Amino acid sequence: MAKLTFIQKDGTRQEVEGQNGMTVMEAAVKNMVPGIDADCGGACACATCHVYVEPDWMERVGPRNEMEEDMLDFAFDVRENSRLSCQIKITDALDGLTVKVPEKQF
Amino acid sequence: MSEETVLTDVVIVGAGPCGLFAIFELGLLDISCHVVDILDRPGGQCAELYPEKPIYDIPALPIVTGQELTDRLMEQVKPFKPVFHFNQMVTELKRTADGGFELHTDGDVVLRCKAVVIAAGGGSFQPKKPPIPGIDSYEGTSVFYSVKKMESFRGRDVLVVGGGDSALDWTLNLQPVARSMTLLHRRDDFRAAPDSVNKMRKLVADGAMRFLIGQVTGLKGTAGRLDAALVKGPEGVFEVATNAMLPFFGLTMKLGPVAEWGLRLEEERIPVDTEKFETSTPGIFAIGDINSYPGKLKLILSGFHEAALMAQQVFHIKNPGERLVFQYTTSSTSLQKKLGVA
Repeated sequence: MAKLTFIQKDGTRQEVEGQNGMTVMEAAVKNMVPGIDADCGGACACATCHVYVEPDWMERVGPRNEMEEDMLDFAFDVRENSRLSCQIKITDALDGLTVKVPEKQF
Repeated sequence: MSEETVLTDVVIVGAGPCGLFAIFELGLLDISCHVVDILDRPGGQCAELYPEKPIYDIPALPIVTGQELTDRLMEQVKPFKPVFHFNQMVTELKRTADGGFELHTDGDVVLRCKAVVIAAGGGSFQPKKPPIPGIDSYEGTSVFYSVKKMESFRGRDVLVVGGGDSALDWTLNLQPVARSMTLLHRRDDFRAAPDSVNKMRKLVADGAMRFLIGQVTGLKGTAGRLDAALVKGPEGVFEVATNAMLPFFGLTMKLGPVAEWGLRLEEERIPVDTEKFETSTPGIFAIGDINSYPGKLKLILSGFHEAALMAQQVFHIKNPGERLVFQYTTSSTSLQKKLGVA
């Protein structure tokens, strides 16, 4: 289990709990975190669950996979710390993970 | 395009799995259908969002991809000769004096029918609009999300943004007519077909166009006329002169014109009864992900069930006062004849 923090563009923070094995997107949707649209429901097919991982967490979260890299072409304002939250699986090691939600998913 | 008027029993809005199965259930009751979909092919979300992803909860198909499911449904509805209107969106729906309906599409098709089945899933797929400040004021004059007429790009300084097939295809197609062509993408890798990428690289090598790495962050221009795009690249921000920008960032689902048809909506979905799946307007039905009722599950199998019950009611609209004798495809010769197997 891990505590996750989502920070909105206006600075609002929302802390949610995620079960191991769940994705960060699923934890966000379950807790109605605004800005995580997840149109495709987690199939890595829409790029509407885009988040920016806080720099200190980048290493623990790990790199993007190839499908995700392709799908990020459909996201807006992609940065070095951009990830699709449906592709981040929650583990104990991610307890405390903080991500920023983009202003708009499109 | 000249307007054509089509007469049919039912118009189905949406060619996803539920819309397709509705053709089958209506067909068994001798009800003919025309189907309108904004995509260029059948399948809806199954074809657009996850053609290669396996689906595990279709009864009797332990594993099937979105595309396979679509292909099988198309085979299943073939005996009923449905007519499809792809690449079109229903923009208007109104009741006619005879109690039927008239629908208009943005492809200038007019359809008259006795009943309407809305099987529009999450709404219509529309191009994603990048949230660049002020982009709205350039839309339709300098910023375009699709190409209607290539000729309108003749002599312009075209900037295509994106790295998928649409971006590469339009780069290649418009390069010969544009005064200058620039492709902008966030990385030097493409999800588009390798052949298109090779052709683009060849044009760049020949000096016939430019490829730049970066992302658009702002636009410069006046009164709807774009002069340049501000681009953030690996080495900082720069300007790309353009008076015609084409961003291709895939599609997103929007409820679209459905909201304007006078139907009662709840949280962007259409409430229906669970006997006939009829909306607040008699004669208009809603099946699949777009409807809502107590206990609704957004499952393809639920949509199939809804299609079968809807069809029973449409039969009574088409044949007032006639009794509908329920029949099984396994034993009814008349149903088997319709299916072309008896």
